[in-house]
Amino acid sequence: MIRSAKMLKVGESSGLSKWIAGIIVTFYALVTVMPLLWIVATSFKSPPDSISYPPQIVFEPTLEGYVNLFTERSRQTDEYIEKLGPPETWYEEIVRERNMVVTGPSRFAGRYWNSIFIGFGSTFLAVVLGTMAAYGFSRFKVPLKDDLLFFILSTRMMPPIAVAIPIYLMYRELGLSDTALGMIILYTAVNVSLAVWLLKGFVDEIPREYEDAALIDGYSRFQAFIKVVLPQMKAGIAATAIFCLIFAWNEYAFALLLTSGNAQTAPPFIPAIIGEGGLDWPAVSAGTTLFLLPIVIVTVVLRNQLLRGITFGAVRK
Amino acid sequence: MSNNNITKDTPGLRGLSDKSLAWLFITPTIILLLAINIFPLIWTIYLSFTDYRSNQPGREIEWVGLENYRDVLTSPDVWGYMQTTASFVISTMLIQVAIGFALAMFINKNFKGNSLLTTIILIPMMLSPAVVGTFWTYLYQPQTGVFSYIIDFFADVGPLDMIGSVDLAPWAIVIVDTWMWTPYIMLLCLAGLRSIPEYLYEAAEIDRANALQKFWYITLPRILPFLMLAVLFRGIENFKMFDMVVSLTSGGPGSITELASINLKREAFENWKTGYSSAFATILFVTVFGLGSIYVKALNKVKS
Repeated sequence: MIRSAKMLKVGESSGLSKWIAGIIVTFYALVTVMPLLWIVATSFKSPPDSISYPPQIVFEPTLEGYVNLFTERSRQTDEYIEKLGPPETWYEEIVRERNMVVTGPSRFAGRYWNSIFIGFGSTFLAVVLGTMAAYGFSRFKVPLKDDLLFFILSTRMMPPIAVAIPIYLMYRELGLSDTALGMIILYTAVNVSLAVWLLKGFVDEIPREYEDAALIDGYSRFQAFIKVVLPQMKAGIAATAIFCLIFAWNEYAFALLLTSGNAQTAPPFIPAIIGEGGLDWPAVSAGTTLFLLPIVIVTVVLRNQLLRGITFGAVRK
Repeated sequence: MSNNNITKDTPGLRGLSDKSLAWLFITPTIILLLAINIFPLIWTIYLSFTDYRSNQPGREIEWVGLENYRDVLTSPDVWGYMQTTASFVISTMLIQVAIGFALAMFINKNFKGNSLLTTIILIPMMLSPAVVGTFWTYLYQPQTGVFSYIIDFFADVGPLDMIGSVDLAPWAIVIVDTWMWTPYIMLLCLAGLRSIPEYLYEAAEIDRANALQKFWYITLPRILPFLMLAVLFRGIENFKMFDMVVSLTSGGPGSITELASINLKREAFENWKTGYSSAFATILFVTVFGLGSIYVKALNKVKS
């Protein structure tokens, strides 16, 4: 601690302390990433390998987990399987080795598609509404502005389960239960409060002179917003969109309580992938890997926007 | 608003006046929030005074006054869940502040490759808590899980039943939350460290302050608002915690890790005591809001 305080002051530190810091942070990063690597490895294990003792680091990779994730199977007698003739596809071959036959596709692909559709749909709406509201709050005299902004923020303090009780009843009345539309509306409402706060900060940073110049050139206020302000907000909109998308992609409580068949997203589905005799860990790991992968890629590729959004959003509030 | 005089009304849709444009831009958001947040909140408060059960929609609703509130507040179980929640919030915050703060100090030394490492460290907080909880149940398996294997390998304590044991289950959820969210505390600390202007340290140097003094009088006070903000946001989130813990322990063993939100879900969607759980939800919301406001006041004091 003492040494680092000194470091701060000079701005660049001595070689040795840099080395020590580097080693400690590297160690922490390894601890962080290990569980994730372990899950990816498990997705390529066979079910017996996944529950062997001691846990195996070296194993024969198989796609069985992924096959189990995407298919429904049933156990059959040897005679029955023999009668079927040789397996026609590579995945049937894997399934047959366990004395099973493929009876159809699982619901995972549909759940994954729901996650994509609801995630992007709600993100798009939250960003559009949020951009408009942020511009309105930033540029115009709005009565009770501070109260409204606080109200918008405070809606995030409610426990999701508390909100879910009346939403459940409301959606039942309106016929929105278990529909993608219902989930999109709900996620948009949750995300829009964050979007307004983040985006207002970005609009505040854009100098008013740009718009004033456009207005003098004969643009209307609306045209100036579209042609002058929006292009300047690109980075902010991108950062906000990522946060909204990540929230909608990861959300569990509402999805668990308000969807069952049609509109269920992947997060409530993955914990319930049951094989014979308990959870099918390679299949769960395969689902986890496929579900988390896009987020990991987004995090790595867009880390600078994300970092800006996280600290910026928090510090402004 | 110096622009008002410039906007001459041009006819048609584009020529909206500033005032109507402002309302056009803001109202949709306000309406959405009223419909999906405020209206439900009022409905919850109404239901909390009734004996409504949402699995019996046809039944006549009876007004029961404060009965539900009395039931919630006098239930020893509820106090138990609140204590569980409080100790979860406090222990995660203490551990994460300690690790996150130290980590930020180290990362701030700008060694080679620290941007790559920072990105790796950030990954867990971006992931779905429910899915994270699920795969940690696998890592926590007493015999075959890699977590207990590694602990046993180094500490020789035998197989650890992290999820099934009454003593270890509270730690199981704290560890996963720490793994996920320490990066958030670290990030805000880092933002705080980077906001300290160089000249403060230079001035301290001239005054011959030693390293400890610089840390105590410059670094700490400057970083404290950031740290407190991070704790505010994470504290609220963990007070509401549901998804990660449900998929990890679902409140067990027994009700050792039964946080308030988990119990609320049980009462509302398994026992269908809608009126009772609405009262519970209202109490929880008021608690979060109250504690949050007190905390924000303290925060403002620190800032000034």
